Amino acid sequence: IEERRFAEVPRESIKLMAESTGVELSEEVAALLAEDVCYRLREATQNSSQFMRHAKRRKLSVEDFNRALRWSNTETVCGYGAQDALPFRPLKEGELFFVEDREINLVELALATNIPKGCAETMVRVHVSYLDGKGNLEPQGTVPTAVQSLSEDLLKYYQQITRAILGEDPHLMKVALIDLQSNSKIAALLPYFVYVISGVKSVSHDLDQLNRLLHMVKSLVQNPYLYLGSYVRSLVSSVMYCILEPLAASINPLNDHWTLRDYAALLLSHIFWTHGDLVSGLYHQILLSLQKVLSDPVRPLCSHYGAVVGLHALGWKAVERVLYPHLPAYWANLQAVLDDYSVSNAQVKADGHKVYGAILVAVERLLKMKALSLTLAAEGSSAGLPGTTTGAVGFRENSPGLSPPPEPLSEPPLGIASHLQAGGAGCQWEEWTPVSLPAMYCELYSFFGDSLAVRFSTDPPLGGAPPPGPCQPLEGRKEPASSAPNLENTRKMPQLTASMNISPRQDGSPRMEPQPPSLAATVPGRSLSRSSSSSSVSRSRSSSSRPGRSTSQSRDIFPKSRFPLPQAGPPAFSFIIGGRQMGRRCLGRRFQTSFTPTPPLTTLPPRAYAHKLPVIGRVSKPVRRWTCSHYSLHLPL
Amino acid sequence: MAAVQDGQMELDAEKETKPEILSDGTSNLSGNTASGTLSSSPLTAAPAGGAPKMEDQQTLIAVLQFLKRNKLTDSVEILRREAGLGEDQEDSQATDGSGGGKGDVDGGDANSLLSRVSITSAAAPQSVIIFHSIIFFYSYRFGKVGGADDQPDVSVVLSAYSQQGDPSLYQVYYSGLKNFIESVLDCHRAELSQLFYPLFVHMYLELVYNNHENEAKAFFEKFSGDQECYYQDDLRVLCGLTKKEHLKGNEVLLDFRTSRFVLRISRDSYQLLKRHLQERHNNQIWNIIQEHLYIDIFDGMPRSKSQIDSMSGSLAGEGKREVNKAKVFHGLLKEPEIEVPLDDEDDEAENEEGKPKKKKTKKDSLGSKSKKQDPNAPQQNRIPLPELKDSDKLDKIMYMKESTKRIRLGPENLPSICFYTFLNAYQGLTAVDFTDDSSLLAGGFADSTVRVWSVTPKKLRKVKSAADLNMIDKESDDVLERIMDEKTASESKILYGHSGPVYGVSFSPDRNYLLSSSEDGTVRLWSLLTFTCLVGYKGHNYPVWDTQFSPFGYYFVSGGHDRVARLWATDHYQPLRIFAGHLADVTCTRFHPNSNYVATGSTDRTIRLWDVLNGNCVRIFTGHKGPIHSLAFSPNGKFLASGSTDGRVLLWDIGHGLMIGELKGHTDTIYSLKFSRDGEILASGSMDNTVRLWNSMKAFDEVETDDFTATTGHIHLPDNSQELLLGTYHSKSTPVTHLHFTRRNLLLAAGAYNSQ
Repeated sequence: IEERRFAEVPRESIKLMAESTGVELSEEVAALLAEDVCYRLREATQNSSQFMRHAKRRKLSVEDFNRALRWSNTETVCGYGAQDALPFRPLKEGELFFVEDREINLVELALATNIPKGCAETMVRVHVSYLDGKGNLEPQGTVPTAVQSLSEDLLKYYQQITRAILGEDPHLMKVALIDLQSNSKIAALLPYFVYVISGVKSVSHDLDQLNRLLHMVKSLVQNPYLYLGSYVRSLVSSVMYCILEPLAASINPLNDHWTLRDYAALLLSHIFWTHGDLVSGLYHQILLSLQKVLSDPVRPLCSHYGAVVGLHALGWKAVERVLYPHLPAYWANLQAVLDDYSVSNAQVKADGHKVYGAILVAVERLLKMKALSLTLAAEGSSAGLPGTTTGAVGFRENSPGLSPPPEPLSEPPLGIASHLQAGGAGCQWEEWTPVSLPAMYCELYSFFGDSLAVRFSTDPPLGGAPPPGPCQPLEGRKEPASSAPNLENTRKMPQLTASMNISPRQDGSPRMEPQPPSLAATVPGRSLSRSSSSSSVSRSRSSSSRPGRSTSQSRDIFPKSRFPLPQAGPPAFSFIIGGRQMGRRCLGRRFQTSFTPTPPLTTLPPRAYAHKLPVIGRVSKPVRRWTCSHYSLHLPL
Repeated sequence: MAAVQDGQMELDAEKETKPEILSDGTSNLSGNTASGTLSSSPLTAAPAGGAPKMEDQQTLIAVLQFLKRNKLTDSVEILRREAGLGEDQEDSQATDGSGGGKGDVDGGDANSLLSRVSITSAAAPQSVIIFHSIIFFYSYRFGKVGGADDQPDVSVVLSAYSQQGDPSLYQVYYSGLKNFIESVLDCHRAELSQLFYPLFVHMYLELVYNNHENEAKAFFEKFSGDQECYYQDDLRVLCGLTKKEHLKGNEVLLDFRTSRFVLRISRDSYQLLKRHLQERHNNQIWNIIQEHLYIDIFDGMPRSKSQIDSMSGSLAGEGKREVNKAKVFHGLLKEPEIEVPLDDEDDEAENEEGKPKKKKTKKDSLGSKSKKQDPNAPQQNRIPLPELKDSDKLDKIMYMKESTKRIRLGPENLPSICFYTFLNAYQGLTAVDFTDDSSLLAGGFADSTVRVWSVTPKKLRKVKSAADLNMIDKESDDVLERIMDEKTASESKILYGHSGPVYGVSFSPDRNYLLSSSEDGTVRLWSLLTFTCLVGYKGHNYPVWDTQFSPFGYYFVSGGHDRVARLWATDHYQPLRIFAGHLADVTCTRFHPNSNYVATGSTDRTIRLWDVLNGNCVRIFTGHKGPIHSLAFSPNGKFLASGSTDGRVLLWDIGHGLMIGELKGHTDTIYSLKFSRDGEILASGSMDNTVRLWNSMKAFDEVETDDFTATTGHIHLPDNSQELLLGTYHSKSTPVTHLHFTRRNLLLAAGAYNSQ
């Protein structure tokens, strides 16, 4: 069958057309004419394509065809220049097909009020598409963001969101944050938001704004539709700023910049664990900068606090690598601060306590995690693994929010060694060698004394060891009754308890700040990943474990404290936690908080001075709170 | 649409045949009186004196016969008188004209013939048909260099297919040859396969011409599938054509009849073919080869299939080797020595751009690099060039300063790209140009308008009216500023005047003028001081596809549907040169950086390089498989890049006349090509909405031009497009219509956003 390459005009049509003009054609003439017409049509079509090519179009237009006709001295065909396709209609009676050609009322058209589309002025807009030949490095989009122009709607959205988040109305802010967290169409706005967030440096005097910006980070990070790409770096640097910098806001001791730092550290760990793979070497960059701050004695204590909290947030490995080796050197500085009882130093000393607490929490978890990893290694993975998975699942279900995912026992696989070798001088962990757990404990104990030891003895009722997973099956297996969990737990760590000789009642006041009611997710930095995980776990079995704890019968297994029970007059409170200070002092760290209840104190927001160790009134808090916290160092008053 | 259609010729007559040379008829608009312009009409380009050679006489006689037959006795008289031919001479020549007339016609002679005929037609306005006949006659003669017998009689040329064999045997002949070629050794098969396409077409046309419609159809059906894929477009035209009447006026077929298809075949292969045909007494095919093909026989190794494929694809076969032997002065002209103020005046110079300065302080003569004369450069005054005005010198200084700040590009250092998007261009953007200093942008549109935008914050202003100009103080220092009318300041201006889509726009180097070429057959010169049209250059009479100013101003070139490119001077309303030879539309025209040559790309899939001095064609480049839509010279003048509808960019060495590179990657027509200011990077912009950057330095360096390849022209191209491609940059549904490197090597791209 011969392939039909062209449209053909049948001779019948030719005859019909001739008849319509009153000419009678013979069959032969019609055939010849039909053939010639076909050829001329093809010729005109071929010629018209040239006009299309030169007009730099892909679509052949009626105008092109008419030009071809005109140049071959043929009358042009008018009336087909409309943009819209002409409807081709059949007529039912008598198989007739025709192009619909409606009559148009020109008067109506001329007087019509609707302005036709597409009469905007032609204009030229310039934009840098590719800088230095780069620009579409982002792999996911065919259209690079640089070329995308913001639509009106997006622009409006951007304005509304930023206004809501940085504005006064907390409810509006919440709505905006939730939307930012779930909106799937804001990819084009990402650079703008990142830019806004990078404005943290300009609002370092305003804790509230900083907080809001951090929340914005959180929402962006949690938005599953956003690919952060290289913007992770920018976000991390903004967050790091909040963690480490001596913010202008912290000059005023009334400002609670500590919570901000805690929150930022939490956020940092979240970004790192969820998006850290987007930027290579991020882990080490963060570690390096944290270490730099920590080893810089000129920096204010709040920066040091940030570094410690940040390290803690990055995981126990980071603490082991950076904080632990650095501790002896740092301790000297800190001790000097803490030992200065002069009035002028009161504020600094308070800050010092803050750092002290942060370090304590960090090393506590370090020890626990390390012990756990050893146990795991010793007991074999058969028992541990299922626990890990259940723990992880529990985490996902219970805390979808800010809490970082369960911390793996291993370090991020980022080739730490090689990177650090190249890291240059000043890296203490260059020659870092693993320290055995007992040695580490001894060392740490020399700094903290009983205040460290006590944490291990009193913790278990709250859900046991910080890592939610692996230790639970162990507990569950060994102690069906919750009445004596500590026993089992301490047995797991014989090294810890062997040398312990403390009174738990000494140290024990809740050290935590009250959680800000408006920001549910703002957990004190020291709790970090543990808080959520332990709370989620402990909640499930809190009913059974609570009575046991309140009676504190577990303490019976410990020897009595070396120190007498302090006379707990509410306004003045002092106690000593024993410890061998590396031969420097055998009395241990003496904590003395002797402040009389001054009027201004009470007017302050309760958390402003909450870090000042034991605040007596805290017991009036519902027990529930305590349950949720792993800071179980409560005073049985 | 063919240029020989009689109806249209009447129109041509009016313009083509203005007899006088009104060299100063137009106002002296450019203001720069060139020290001596090119001779102002095509006539004087050729040597006028001396007795016409034998070949010329034969040609003239053929023309005379043609005139006589068409009852144009006046013209006959004039032509005879002009040529100094006697009646008897003509008769005697005419008798042996059909038999004799052997001999070569070279390009130069053909050109003089062209000018000679122009004289005659000039005297007789009604006989213009000659002119176009002559053009085709010329190309016919030009294509015929071999020793085959010439038929000087025009009528014979036009009915070259009259002799015929048995139509039913055509298929047998063709398949016989096909079987033979397929049975020969591999090395010869590739070469002899080149015969298939021209033979196929000519046999088909012969069948059609002799009214064997059914045989023709059967022949086409049977053998069209064997042809190389890059001939598909031509085959599509062919297969629609089944009647003798259709042949009349079909361009493609006219080309086939008037030009000879050139094949390059090694001597061994040729002998093989000849022996075969003689053995078989296959006269039909032998006749076609004799009549319509030109076989360029070379000694040496037969070429490989890929070598042949890279060079073939044009409408009339490959270029002959002789054609590319002429010496081309591709070097750059010496830069004029300009006193450049030292750096401490930089700021002032930048602030007060466009104002003449009379600093007499320390001056630093630059141009140390250009002091040595390039051995390949033409003589400084080979082409008369306009003298530099003060403002030109200032601009040169600006240029020098800018170029010191130029970014050195390379594979590791790619240029940034700025995209100028035309929004709301519903009327269709057809052409774009930037000024060299990237301060102005012009767009040609399908609605016949030309729009000019200022890209800098400096707005576009008109000159004040004559009455207001009288008021201003002509002695003042800022007179140039005072003549501008502040009230007319705007970001863009629209130029109305054309009556068809504007297909080409080009700024003059001094930014005072703008050229536009349009479908209405005219090229218009616009003033950018008054934003009015100054001149309409009529001559093409068919759509003018492209136009470009010479890099030194004053001259410009245009090319159009009438298959010729024309060289103009702004102050002459007639073309100075007509570059004829392309077998189809001239789609793009570019000036060589030294202004001595013009390159033209055509729908016949060839690129030709023309000498502005004498109008000769000095290079023919074949190898493209589709119409050529963009050309670019490298800044050093040594290389040429060309882009076509097939999405490939080819690179050419002008000096050696060789293809030296093939850049594959684009998926649609390439509408713009541009070398970076130093020539390291070639940027190509295409309909496929991408800009691609190519490592042109590497492409040029890797070519080994030893003596053998230089003499034979058989280059073996490495397939390294992927290595040379430095980057692909997507626009957002915006075809890239134009590319431009600023003086600091920032790449500007322009195109109209296409919302569909």
